[in-house]
Parts: sequence; C-alpha cells; structure tokens
Amino acid sequence: MSGMNEQEAQLVEWLADMREEEAHELANRMLLEEGADPLRVLELCRMAMDVVGKRFEEGEYFLPELVLAGEMLETIGAVAKPLIVQGEGGAAAKLGRVLIGTVHGDLHDIGKNIVSFMLDINGFEVKDIGIDVPVKTFIDEINEFKPDVVGLSGFLTLAFDSMKETIAAFEKEGMRDRFKIMIGGGQIDETVRAYTGADAFGVNAVEAVNLCRGWTGAAA
Amino acid sequence: MSEMIGPYEQTAEAKAAYDARWQRLLSLARLEQPDRMPVGLHSFFWPANYGGITYKELMYDYDKAKQVTLDAAIELEPDGVYPLLLGSTIGRMLEKFDFKQLQWPGHGVGDMQPFQYLDREYMKAEEYDDFLFDPTGFYLHKYLPRVLGVFEGFDKLPRFAGMHYLRTMYGMRPFALPEVRASFDRIVAAAEETNTLFAHHLDWVQRLRAAGFPLANGTVATSPYDIIADYFRGATGMMKDLYRHKDKLKLVLGKMSTIVTRITIENARLAGHPIVFIPIHWAPDAFMSPKQFEEFWWPPFRKMLMGMIEADLIPMPMWESDCTKRLEVIKDIPAGKCIYWFERTDLVKAYEVLGDRVALRGNLSPSLLTTGTPEEVDAAVKHLVDNIWNKGGCMMLDGAFGIPDETPVDNVRAMFNAARKYAG
Repeated sequence: MSGMNEQEAQLVEWLADMREEEAHELANRMLLEEGADPLRVLELCRMAMDVVGKRFEEGEYFLPELVLAGEMLETIGAVAKPLIVQGEGGAAAKLGRVLIGTVHGDLHDIGKNIVSFMLDINGFEVKDIGIDVPVKTFIDEINEFKPDVVGLSGFLTLAFDSMKETIAAFEKEGMRDRFKIMIGGGQIDETVRAYTGADAFGVNAVEAVNLCRGWTGAAA
Repeated sequence: MSEMIGPYEQTAEAKAAYDARWQRLLSLARLEQPDRMPVGLHSFFWPANYGGITYKELMYDYDKAKQVTLDAAIELEPDGVYPLLLGSTIGRMLEKFDFKQLQWPGHGVGDMQPFQYLDREYMKAEEYDDFLFDPTGFYLHKYLPRVLGVFEGFDKLPRFAGMHYLRTMYGMRPFALPEVRASFDRIVAAAEETNTLFAHHLDWVQRLRAAGFPLANGTVATSPYDIIADYFRGATGMMKDLYRHKDKLKLVLGKMSTIVTRITIENARLAGHPIVFIPIHWAPDAFMSPKQFEEFWWPPFRKMLMGMIEADLIPMPMWESDCTKRLEVIKDIPAGKCIYWFERTDLVKAYEVLGDRVALRGNLSPSLLTTGTPEEVDAAVKHLVDNIWNKGGCMMLDGAFGIPDETPVDNVRAMFNAARKYAG
C-alpha cells in the first residue's frame, strides 16, 4: 500500500482512537462528496483495525474497543461497498478459511462473534455457523466450506463434552486431519484442550488470529 | 435438648454442628481463622446429576429438588449451602411470569440442559433519559412488559406523576382496559407461584437447619454495572455506551447503586442472614481497561459495598473469570467485612494481595472438577491449604463457581474429604 496523504492518515487515526463521530463524518465526506475510491477507504479501515488489534494485543484496548471498531467498520462499509464499481480491483486473496460455531447445548455467542470479526478483518474468510450447532451440521458445513481451521466455541461447562463429542465425530468421519481445531470460551484451558482433543485453545480473539496465522503460514 | 425448627426437630448434636458452622462463616468474614477451613456447597444443576433426576425435574418438581439437594448436603456436610431452590427450582415461576430473558428445559433447551441467559438489548440507548427521569415509570411502562409476558398490558397504564385532584381519578381509566385487567390476573397467578416457591424454600431451609447446616448466603445482589450491562443494554450495547453515552451511563449507574443497596439491605434483613452473594460478570481483566474499570465499574459497586457494610451485611462478591489486574483496586474496602470469591484468579495470588483485607472463597477449576481424577482434586485442595490456610489465611473452599453441573460425584467427595484431611 502506498503512503497516505494527510486526510487518509487522519481517518486511520480517528478510527484507531475510537473517535467515532469524526471518523464517520470524514469517511462520508471522502466517499460521498469527494469521490474517494471506496476500495481505498476500506483499505484505510483495515489499516486502522491493524492498529486496534495491536493496541488490544499490547493491553491498551479491550473488548469495548473491538466492539466499537467493528461497528465503525460496518457503518463505513455500508456506505463504501455500494460505491464499488463492479470488476474494479477484485477481492483481496484471503489468508485461509475458518469455520466457527458454538457447540451444541450452548447458546452463547459474544466471544465467538468477536473472534469472527477479528479473523475477518485480519484477512481470513470466516464462516460463522451460529450457536447450539449439532455435530452433523458441523460435518456438513465442513464438507461444503472446506476450512483450514475449525473454531469451536463454548461458555458453559457442558461445552467440554460437546466439543469432545464433535471432535470425535470428525475423527470418525475421517476428516480430522484435513483442518486444525481451536477451542475457546469462558472456562477453556489446557486441561479442556487435552480432554477434547483440540489442537489448541485461545483465551481471546487475538490468540485466535495468531493461531490461524500460524497454521495457515500467514505472516503475522 | 432438641429444638424445633418449624415443624422439624433439631437434635442437640445438630444444633451444635449448626452453630459451629455458622460461627465458622462469621469468623472467616471477620478475618479470624476458624477451627477448620469451611467448605461451601454451591451449584445449579449438579444436584440433579447427584440425585438421578433430570434438570427439568430439578427446575419444576419442588419435592424432588428439596430431596436431592438435602441428600447432597447431608452426605457432604458443607459449612454453608447456597439457597439451591431459589437458584434452580424456578421453572414454574418462569413459566407463570412468561419470563423472556432465559431459555430453560422445555422452553428452548432440552430436559438435560441448564437454563441460559439471552443477551439482548432490553433497554435502548435512547432510553437512558427515560430511566433517569423516572426509573419506576420506565419499569412499569417499558421494562417489565419487555422481560415478563404477564406485564404486557402495562404499557397502557396511566402516567401517575403529575396526577392531582380529580385527575387522580380521571386518569385511572386505563385500569378498566381488557388488556390491563388480563395483565393483573396473570400477575396475581404468577405471584402465587413465587409464594409457593418461597414456601418450599423456607421449608427446605428449616429442614437443612434442623440437620445442622446454615445457608452460605441469605440473599443475592448484582453490581450496578452488571445490571445495566446484562439485563438492560446487552453486552455489546453496554460496551459501546462506554464511548457513546458515558455521562448518562454514569448517572444511571449511580442511581442503580443506591436502588440496589436499599433493596439488598431489605432482602438480607428479611432472610435473616448477613451474607450477600454477588456474582460479578463484567469485572474481568479482559473485559475493559484498568481505566474504564476504575471509571465505570468500581465506583458504583464500591458505594454499594460500603452501604451494605454500614448496614452490618457481609458482601460476598464472586469475581468471575480472571480479575488479577483488579486486585489492587478492589482492595480499597475496610478490613474484615467481605468475602471475595474468585473464579479464575489465582487464589494464592489473591491471598498475597488481599489476605489482610478480605476472606477468600474458591476455587477449584471447572476443568479439573469435571474432567480430572479424585487424586488431582485432592492435590489441588492441598495446594490451596498449603499456600493459604496453613499460612493463616481465611479461606472457604469451593469450586471456581461452585460445583459444575457435570462434575463426577467422586470428585466432589474428594474435594470435601481433602478439606477435612488437610485443614481440620
């Protein structure tokens, strides 16, 4: 990406600093009044999200900033995307495919949604198949989506057994070695990872991104 | 000499055991190490697995629920028992009120699944002003109809504030509306179910007491921030409010702090028990920055703790997840007045920081209790005893958040046996 002009740098800074109103006003002005390239504006958003991710990793930002950043990105995306001329640019190559869902019996989704968002803005193609996902649905979705990584989420202690059962079913289907499995959620730790047979666990969204990067060979 | 606890006889031996357990809890809170390390029995659905009934039965069948929870208490001999019926046997009450914030067996989840909370926006961001202007009016017209189906007609209720003279009567016409009358009928029927639940709870408490076991806490409260985050704005709504509506949010939190403190003092007095259990959801290290914690979360909660302490109550917050980075901040309370229960915070580390300020409770990990062996549970208890109790620390042993539903009975037995083996 080439260097940024002053206005572009301002947008990245305001997004990264959570100055929502100023960022939205500037993005709207660039897109709707000044005819800025929508792909360039989205690229600037992605650059701002890199800063947000870094600040999260460094312990300066926490969940509220990830959530607000997600919302700012969505709002600007809603303005920018309809302005993209068909055939222009083309979708950027994705780093890998991640299928993610909350295991059966568990209805929690806040953590899963944040992980999906962080993977998405970090260049992964994410398919989120929701909450309380039956084993068979995971298998069907895997066969169709062919992910590099499968993320199993769960907040309740009952999720330990649901995860174990889901991973055992992957083994039985003969598909276990086709992808890596990461687990995460409220009570997940190394003991649960070993119990379920997952490849790794993560305690936050940045760890999930780093795991996926490591597995897909993507540079951090 | 035996005594009667309601209709139940309490032998002299049971009375002595009850008194010893009760004193153990009170001296612990005062930071005086009791004769032995107390152990708590706290759970939601584990007693169903213990007693061989379904989760749905535990939620709906008062008699079976009383039996399995009493059997568990009598076998394990805890020093304090959570009011288990009020925590779990709520199915009929939820149904009668048409409660919208949970899914439970028969209502969205299966017979062997626990109830689960539905994180939604129950108050919109633009309603902060309504709440601040008139919280009771907001409850009557907006909040209660949203969370309890039986209150659906209440959105038609008149606005009371401002009524005067003949308008106090003219204004009452909405009470004659069919939907308002229907709401009242349903509310009365639902309230009768709550009365039934409380009658069973009191019966259970008397039987428990006759057998020698006190409650670990008489009532439950929630922190102001958690009430607004969980039950009003929803998780993501609240996180955005930290930026978008910070001033109004602080006003609401301040108001909620006073309201909850008053209700909690009243409830604790009715329950005749000073210990108040306060499960805490939004304090963990990962959920907000230290600055946000000190700006939004802690001040209204500290005010609430101080109000409770001034009323001679013993707050027992249960700090969910990992709160290591909060320890220095939450230390700012008078010594010997609270029991801090930690879920994933290293209890030994908590003891190092808070040992001279509060008693501790916890915290065998859920993964250990559900997937480990009795020997591993024994070793984990010994670790806590060696590093806290044997150093003069005041701690009550428990699971990280009580006994997880799926815990094998032998692991629970191992936890209680190890406490006796290593700490009296």
